[in-house]
Amino acid sequence: MEKVLLISPDRCIGCGSCEVACSLAQEGECRPSLARIKVFRFELGIHVPMTCLQCENAPCASVCKTGALEQDQETGIINIHSEKCIGCRMCVVACPFGNISYNREGKSAFKCTQCDGDPQCALFCPTEALQYVPAEKDNLEKKRAYAAKFAAIVEEVEA
Amino acid sequence: MFGWTGRVLRVNLGEKTWKIEPIRSEDARLFIGARGLGTKYYIDEVDPTVDPLSPENKLIFATGPLTGTLTTSSGRYDVITKGPLTGTIAASNSGGFWGPELKYAGFDMVILEGKAKAPVYIYIYNDMIEIRDARHLWGKDVHSVTDSLLTETDSEAKVACIGPAGENLVKFACIMNEKDRAAGRSGVGAVMGSKNLKAIVVRGTKGIKVADRDAVFQSVAAARKKLKEHPVTSGGLPTFGTNVLVGIINSAGALPTRNFREAIFEGADKVSAETYNEKNLIKNKGCMGCPIGCGRVAKSNGIYVGQGEGPEYESTWSFGPDCGIDDIDAIVKANFICNELGMDTITLGSTIACAMELYEMGVLTENETGYDLHFGNVNAMVKLTEDTAYRRGFGDELAEGSWRLAEKWGHPELSMTVKKQEMPAYDPRALQGMGLEYATSNRGGCHVRGYLTSPEVLGAPEKIDPEDNETKPVWLKAFQDLTAALDSAGMCLFTTFALGAADIAPQLAAVTGVDYTEESFMQAGDRIWNLERLFNMKAGLSKSDDTLPPRLLKDPIPNGPMKGRVNRLDSMLPQYYSLRGWNEEGIPTEEKLIELGLASYL
Repeated sequence: MEKVLLISPDRCIGCGSCEVACSLAQEGECRPSLARIKVFRFELGIHVPMTCLQCENAPCASVCKTGALEQDQETGIINIHSEKCIGCRMCVVACPFGNISYNREGKSAFKCTQCDGDPQCALFCPTEALQYVPAEKDNLEKKRAYAAKFAAIVEEVEA
Repeated sequence: MFGWTGRVLRVNLGEKTWKIEPIRSEDARLFIGARGLGTKYYIDEVDPTVDPLSPENKLIFATGPLTGTLTTSSGRYDVITKGPLTGTIAASNSGGFWGPELKYAGFDMVILEGKAKAPVYIYIYNDMIEIRDARHLWGKDVHSVTDSLLTETDSEAKVACIGPAGENLVKFACIMNEKDRAAGRSGVGAVMGSKNLKAIVVRGTKGIKVADRDAVFQSVAAARKKLKEHPVTSGGLPTFGTNVLVGIINSAGALPTRNFREAIFEGADKVSAETYNEKNLIKNKGCMGCPIGCGRVAKSNGIYVGQGEGPEYESTWSFGPDCGIDDIDAIVKANFICNELGMDTITLGSTIACAMELYEMGVLTENETGYDLHFGNVNAMVKLTEDTAYRRGFGDELAEGSWRLAEKWGHPELSMTVKKQEMPAYDPRALQGMGLEYATSNRGGCHVRGYLTSPEVLGAPEKIDPEDNETKPVWLKAFQDLTAALDSAGMCLFTTFALGAADIAPQLAAVTGVDYTEESFMQAGDRIWNLERLFNMKAGLSKSDDTLPPRLLKDPIPNGPMKGRVNRLDSMLPQYYSLRGWNEEGIPTEEKLIELGLASYL
């Protein structure tokens, strides 16, 4: 079953647990600078976690000349074969969201590959701003929240 | 090393030099980090009789081994120095992201020595250290200096700085980080100001190594589950922030009102968490790695319009009930002003309350104060808050704190302080244990050195009788030791509503690889507590300073459910000393110091 990492910025409190959990899982140390997810904190308490959205026809994979970036047809995840990465960083330029970076120490591009189906960021997110859910559910919550407004109006009219 | 970065940055501001030293690893194991290890370094290097605002004093920013790791709520750091307000050891603790960033830059501590000839700030980007001119920043408030520094350095950097209050040596000036988080108490910001140091800007891209990754994930997940299941850490704090206590403490008859003259406030509903959530709260905000997220992004309205963060319960109390004020927007505004100008809200609000009592007694008049200072005068409270940071008019007297103010005007008994520091929002006549806590706190009147309100009122970890005296020394020693160890690890006190040493020690062991157990963790707390005590003794304090203002010992609460009560400190203190392994004069015995590995301080 295809699952997606669902981001709900309205729930994010900006604690950055996701960054630390990610880097500890992927790099073996607590190191937000090498996390595959980053939280941007704005005034008025608005916080936005940014990570790879695993695009279809992803610009990063399309621009990669060596096949280091490759989309798994079953899961939709764009994986990295670090041994094939030549460090040209075209992928970094190509990603419209800035969600792929280059690690100068590890000599490879790095991005979120969803921890082999068990994303630690979602596991350690305290407010469910990050959720790992079946792909079909990705917009249901938003729809439900909006539908609830209709429900309230209908209820009021009937009363 | 794991957990610790293993490095200390030492900066001499007078000579504009710096060096990187390896951390003393055996001391790190014994004193953990942050409050404990910082105090150990401080005591070994500074004469306890030093004038806190002289160049000979040092200022230490210290993180713990858990700071910046995945462990629960570990965004904390401490600032250690001798406090100009109290003359005691001062370890002021703050959250946010500055402490973690210092770790990511590769440092456990920054030790500051001497005094810069002209205003400077320090910029740390991993191993690049610069001492930069800050003359263009002097005089700026915390928010604008933070914005300026992020533009001048790196937008991802974290800024710890002082505002005008620190520059003007207000005795209770704070050090602020990320604009609205405060190393709040005892005047650490004035020490920074006395050194002509405006800010420390940090950017770090390195990592913190952990000893056992699987054990970290496991122990943290288990602790987080407990935080999520506990009503205080998953319900009360995220939903209402610490302001949830306004209603709770008022109902308990323990909400100090009008400078502790009374213990219930008729306007409590108007300043409650419910009111604040409706009128002022914008959104919750979490410190680094915190699943609780009690921080509040907020606004104030009407003529007191503003935007910022907070207030916490104790600030709501000091500007509110303690001054007889029930205008939530004015309270929120006063808190914003304190954040922007860099002042401790508890001490300032309580000092204004003391001035109000002196005014109502006729000791002070409008000639001295410049304002009608009857209790409840909202406008005077807000105006004086700003005046104090700049030492304008009567603000110059308030800037010295309530003890010096009340003594100057002949009524030291009206200063609601212990060791010259103002007690916060819990009346010790209603909560006996909090009285013992205030009286014995190593940094003077303070609620976060052994928060017995938790068992006495909130029922965590279990409910105990607030009126009982017999059991309090045992409870307090355990809470003081746990808190000292926890602060030193770099974890937030609020985790202890749901977590005990048995949940924290495994996280610390997994991160550091040192086999901390529940027992050795608590003993580290005991060791740190005694070390702080030894400093205070050498600084000239004695048993006679372990007391409460006479009002709390002699004048019964006049109204509310706890009417008629006084604090019975005398019936708790001897047992407390004996449990601590101190003699009748409150001095640690030789046997105790040997047991804790502190024999060198005999």
